[in-house]
Amino acid sequence: MLEKAFVGGRKYWILIGILGGIIGVGFIMWLYQFRVGLGITGMGRDVSWGFYIGQFTYLVGVAAAGVMVVLPYYLHHYKAFGRITVLAEFMAIGAVTMCLLFILVDLGNPVRMINVILHPTPNSVLFWDMIVLNGYLFLNVFIGWNVLSAERKGSPPPHWIKPFIYLSIPWAISIHTVTAYLYAGLPGRHFWLTAVMAPRFLSSAFCAGPAILILLCLIVKKTTKFDPGKEQIRTLGSIVTYALILNVFLFLCELFTVFYSQIPGHMHHFHYLFFGHEGHVVRLVPLMWLAFACMTAAIILLVPPVTRRNEGILTVACVLVVIGTWIDKGFGLVVGGFVPNPLEKIVDYWPTVPEALITLGVWATGFLIISLLYKVATSVKLEVGAGEAS
Amino acid sequence: MGVNRRKFLKIAGISTLGVAAKPAADAFGISPTEWLDQKLGGFTVPETLFHFFEKPAGLVPGEALTAKRWAMVVNVRELDEEIAQACTDACHKVHNVPNFDNPRHEIKWIWQEEYEHVFPGQQHEHIDENLKKLPFLVMCNHCFNPPCCRVCPTKATFKRKKDGIVLMDMHRCIGCRFCMAACPFGARSFNWLIPWPRAGEGKFEGKEPPNPEYPTRVKGVVEKCNFCAERLAKGQIPACVEASQKACKKKGREPALVFGDLEDPDSEVRQLLRSNYTVRRKPELGSNPNVYYIV
Repeated sequence: MLEKAFVGGRKYWILIGILGGIIGVGFIMWLYQFRVGLGITGMGRDVSWGFYIGQFTYLVGVAAAGVMVVLPYYLHHYKAFGRITVLAEFMAIGAVTMCLLFILVDLGNPVRMINVILHPTPNSVLFWDMIVLNGYLFLNVFIGWNVLSAERKGSPPPHWIKPFIYLSIPWAISIHTVTAYLYAGLPGRHFWLTAVMAPRFLSSAFCAGPAILILLCLIVKKTTKFDPGKEQIRTLGSIVTYALILNVFLFLCELFTVFYSQIPGHMHHFHYLFFGHEGHVVRLVPLMWLAFACMTAAIILLVPPVTRRNEGILTVACVLVVIGTWIDKGFGLVVGGFVPNPLEKIVDYWPTVPEALITLGVWATGFLIISLLYKVATSVKLEVGAGEAS
Repeated sequence: MGVNRRKFLKIAGISTLGVAAKPAADAFGISPTEWLDQKLGGFTVPETLFHFFEKPAGLVPGEALTAKRWAMVVNVRELDEEIAQACTDACHKVHNVPNFDNPRHEIKWIWQEEYEHVFPGQQHEHIDENLKKLPFLVMCNHCFNPPCCRVCPTKATFKRKKDGIVLMDMHRCIGCRFCMAACPFGARSFNWLIPWPRAGEGKFEGKEPPNPEYPTRVKGVVEKCNFCAERLAKGQIPACVEASQKACKKKGREPALVFGDLEDPDSEVRQLLRSNYTVRRKPELGSNPNVYYIV
């Protein structure tokens, strides 16, 4: 099946070439970081995690969101999603790969990475994160490939794949729960020390992931002869809407607890993110407002069925959801937890150019994987004559 | 540190094992096993540093200082900036702590802070002006229930069972910095850049590390105060405590830093805790620090 990834038109190869170029630049920058040290990033003693871990966190959510397609199809027999389960699974493969790469580029000593396996430490959440992420990657590659192979042969998926599919559903929830636990169990980091962290992570994942999937489906529809289907995209739109409202609701719950209790240690981080700090120009402030403006606007566009069912408006709303959740989770969440620091000092963080290029390189790697896999998937679908949506 | 060996390592470094670890061999002429260990990322001899603490060369049995639970009392009343600086200097010299100008890349094991930053939430607007100015010395609290050890995915940071010291195996650390996120006291530093001198950039004052007996680090590992485990093994008290005794004596003050066994009712530490009102940093978090402050 893989050979289908190597047959394509001019536009396909231009896309692959551009992604390859970005990956190349990112890789060279990573070699530079490998030689000089993580000091080339904007991170430091006080904000010791930055862009990389932020992207990691965001993309774990995108990966987990595959379950929003798999679950209705396999547990509720919602037949329409049968057309796009493989697209959701392949998106998850790209996203998990990016997660693992972001961890890799964030490590001070990547050559020692294997120590996590040589000295397994079950009391560390990172140990479990390693297990669930690699397991999820395996499950999606295994399931996606087998189901697509069966479809190509015109036969139903083998029976023995079913247990793996059922396992992948709670497994998807687990990857984002465990990722939330990386943050939510640290004493002295008040911004993260909240039981609502895992639910918030899941809700933002279940709006951001399907929003990206909608955008990918629309791109597939436009650039190939395979139509993922109108009903499929509509249902995804409803999922985005519910999850987005839930995400904003949980954020407001957090705001209530923090500001009604008026505990200074808890309020500081929100003050810093949304109002900056006396005498400090904080570049994050307008971004945070933008994030919540995007999410609010997206809710307004998504709630009325008339606008939600309009493909153009849905596209805009999905872009807003992606931008809003990305700033909130991929940037503000990590940085906001570190500022003020445990000594209640303000130390700002902003990514450097090499850091941004490495980040872009990892994103390009993920999109390269998604492009190759989508090429395979759409070619197979067309081959078996599933081009037009019913 | 013979020139010959250094030369040998230099040639070996260029010819066989690439460039990454060569500067280390260049600079200090460390032993080939240590060098190999650095090169291979620590997992071939993962216990190197642990052994360094447990069985230091030249240890005469019975000479080591031992305790069931080491603890420190910082008597801030006896501190002034000069004494505090002497403590920091002594520690950083003994442990080859590199000096980076950029505050983001700063590495510190023991340093001065103001009251409001050491005990956030305890300050108020009518507080004694003198208290505000006092140079509080802060360091790793060697918590009885350390959050950093809980989160470490490789046990590179661990609490030593026999005496409660929270140690770092800098040969095992993968540099994920989870411990830095977990530490509620900001006591941990990361080697954002290469901590040893390379051609043309002297991170240490001279070319050699100040203390050839203590290991230097690779980039990308976390480090922090170790309660001078390597000195205790040789029967010496921590460097900062020694420095505070000297500096305080000169000024006719009582020692500002006192070190001892918390489990021994007759230890100096216990006597101070009995006779003074003491506080610890962020006790509400339950990490149970072993560093006490007399304010």
